[in-house]
Amino acid sequence: MSALVIRNGHLIDPGAGIDGPKDLLLKDGRVAEIAGHGKLKSNGAQVLDAAGLTVAPGLIDIHVHLREPGQGYKETIATGTAAAAAGGFTSVAAMPNTTPVNDTPDITRWMQSPDRGACIRVYPIAAATRGSNGETLTDFAALKSAGAVAVTDDGRPILKDSIMRETLAAAARVGLSVIQHAEDTRLTQGASMNAGPVAFKLGLRGMPTEAESGLVERDIRLVTQLRDARVHLHVAHTSTAGAIAAVRQARRNGLRVTCEVAPHHFLLTEEHVGLYSTNAKMNPPLRSAADRDAMIEAILDGVVDAIATDHAPHATHEKEVEFEHAPNGITGLETALGLCLRWLHREWKLPLGRVLSLLSAQPAALLGLKGRGTLAVGSFADVVVFDPKAEWTYSAKETRSRSHNTPFDGWEMQGKVRWTISEGKIAYSAAG
Amino acid sequence: MNAIAAPPVRRPIRPPQVPASQFPYNPGSLLSVGDLSLDAISRILSRATELEKMDPLVRDRILLKRRVALLFYESSTRTRTSFELAAKALGADTTLVSNLSSSIEKGETLKDTGLTLRALGAEAIILRHNSSGAPWLLEESTRLPVLNAGDGMHEHPTQALLDLRTILAHLRPGVAEVAADTLAGVTVTIVGDILHSRVARSNMFLLPRLGAQVILCGPAQLLPDSAAGAGPGISVERDFEAAIRRSQVVMMLRIQAERLAGLQLDLEQYKAGYQLTGQRLAAQAPNAIVMHPGPIIRGLELTAGVADGSQSAILEQVTNGVAIRMAVVERALTGTAANGGRS
Repeated sequence: MSALVIRNGHLIDPGAGIDGPKDLLLKDGRVAEIAGHGKLKSNGAQVLDAAGLTVAPGLIDIHVHLREPGQGYKETIATGTAAAAAGGFTSVAAMPNTTPVNDTPDITRWMQSPDRGACIRVYPIAAATRGSNGETLTDFAALKSAGAVAVTDDGRPILKDSIMRETLAAAARVGLSVIQHAEDTRLTQGASMNAGPVAFKLGLRGMPTEAESGLVERDIRLVTQLRDARVHLHVAHTSTAGAIAAVRQARRNGLRVTCEVAPHHFLLTEEHVGLYSTNAKMNPPLRSAADRDAMIEAILDGVVDAIATDHAPHATHEKEVEFEHAPNGITGLETALGLCLRWLHREWKLPLGRVLSLLSAQPAALLGLKGRGTLAVGSFADVVVFDPKAEWTYSAKETRSRSHNTPFDGWEMQGKVRWTISEGKIAYSAAG
Repeated sequence: MNAIAAPPVRRPIRPPQVPASQFPYNPGSLLSVGDLSLDAISRILSRATELEKMDPLVRDRILLKRRVALLFYESSTRTRTSFELAAKALGADTTLVSNLSSSIEKGETLKDTGLTLRALGAEAIILRHNSSGAPWLLEESTRLPVLNAGDGMHEHPTQALLDLRTILAHLRPGVAEVAADTLAGVTVTIVGDILHSRVARSNMFLLPRLGAQVILCGPAQLLPDSAAGAGPGISVERDFEAAIRRSQVVMMLRIQAERLAGLQLDLEQYKAGYQLTGQRLAAQAPNAIVMHPGPIIRGLELTAGVADGSQSAILEQVTNGVAIRMAVVERALTGTAANGGRS
């Protein structure tokens, strides 16, 4: 296999505790050697000059919708991973709300087949119950051997206490995490944005914050009752102060409860719905400024374990409809790093190493992705090389995704990806 | 899972700004009462009076053979008829497309129906739709002047304008121009199914801009506490008699059975708390004017005696609808920012 040398860059690897000028030798898909500038021999390897650039572990997004099988008109695994690579990601975990639902080892393997044309690593997340109907558990052991890294019913949260308890217990036995989209759907029927004065003004039915925090509290109660240290509950796309408070308390109580926050939930509020912009419609919805501020604080003070995009592509014609009929979700893979650096790092002074940790080392640890999220010798050669100072403007029409549904079109970004390297191969290279 | 020590949280947090709205794209559109400056409202009111008084044979030259489409996704008597009569009184050709007996039944989207009407020569579209926000989608898709004739639970701006004309005629006779203090000292109570009412929203967003106080009154199921935060000059009062005692205008609303979405409401209890009866009116608000956007349900939100009584302005509202709609249809088709946009 070919070898790659990345020279003259500044290596930041929070997982390995490295922050300094280093050269990197990648060989056979792994990190072979790390040394001071000029200390590595290229020996015919391809050389990338990263002078002035930051070299970091490839980013990891544990919450994306790649839409295959079944909804290739929105996104394919090939186009979704191309967008991911352009955003600096080298691993993504794909949600099971496909058509059909990914509830079998066959579909889990199909998603990972080389025939899908993924340019980075795809980790399937399998359905927790058959058809995500919340009734009968899937075969967690078989799904795990087929490559699933977690189970969830994502957009169709598990409401029944008995089924959720069984899910947590059974997943713990085989060493899988349970991811819950926390929404008590009994409280959100017919609702299309956050409940409150803005929804009232716009004449839209609202989703109360309690629909999220209440289910998180319920899930944590179940984790407490199970008294099994192997149980891991991960709260997807946390959006409310109440849910964050519940996670914070659960951690103080020594429970293995983690959470992620999406960039739109720490940047935008319900006011961004404006006059019915369907690119500001997602689930969980954009919340109040107080909730948004709680997300920022929770990221800065370390309660949040990962930034995850909830990349949810939809065709243009699906979003060009009445607000309450539009599907939920926005794309996010190409904008995550640029927004995190522009806002978390530059505006709110989160150190670069911690931003990168939230986008690589921590999500890798959270789902137990071995050899990912660090560039320690022997790890997968998953690398992002970017200019941390570069400012640029995101243009949705130039996306590599099949869909354009983003509220961040025209937004200023900081940090431009130069190369994304997945298992030693260049998955993305910026022009020029 | 947090190997790295956390720094202290920095305050204050400076978040990204909410971008300014691009709407309305067309200066002739009337999507929301918020689209209109007070000057524009004054021009509409005075033009309504001029058009009303004008010789019909002169008036019908104003928009002679111009094409106006009425696109109605919900049933309507007053609004549809008065828009149609208004457009025709100015000489325009009108065509009605309703969700029944049209390609909408076959699954055509609002965008495609709008583009089709534009291709057929429609120069303005009057839209009644069951989804809040639909007029914004239609305007963005077609860039035609769009007149919002009621969108879901959101707004009904021409209703608020005709209600304003009715209120002015009673409380400020002779006033032709409105300003920020025109309705100072006036309290308007809106009663009943506020949550589902576009009439309530358009009025509560409009009347306080002229200095009025708006009291919202109804049971919690039909009036969430968050309504008080919808804008300045708006308050919530659960006690019906206390509310109307303070009011010069009492605006009753129909319970919108079609939008209750499974909500269980005890009608007898509702009537006990919120029905406007002759006795209540005489005891608490003997001088107030009673308004209702219609359709009224006699014996539910108000008694027949009140509907037909001397304090009722319900039919005046209907008549005012034609005058107001003549002015906004004219503005739509001859619309420039100077002719009534919020500049």
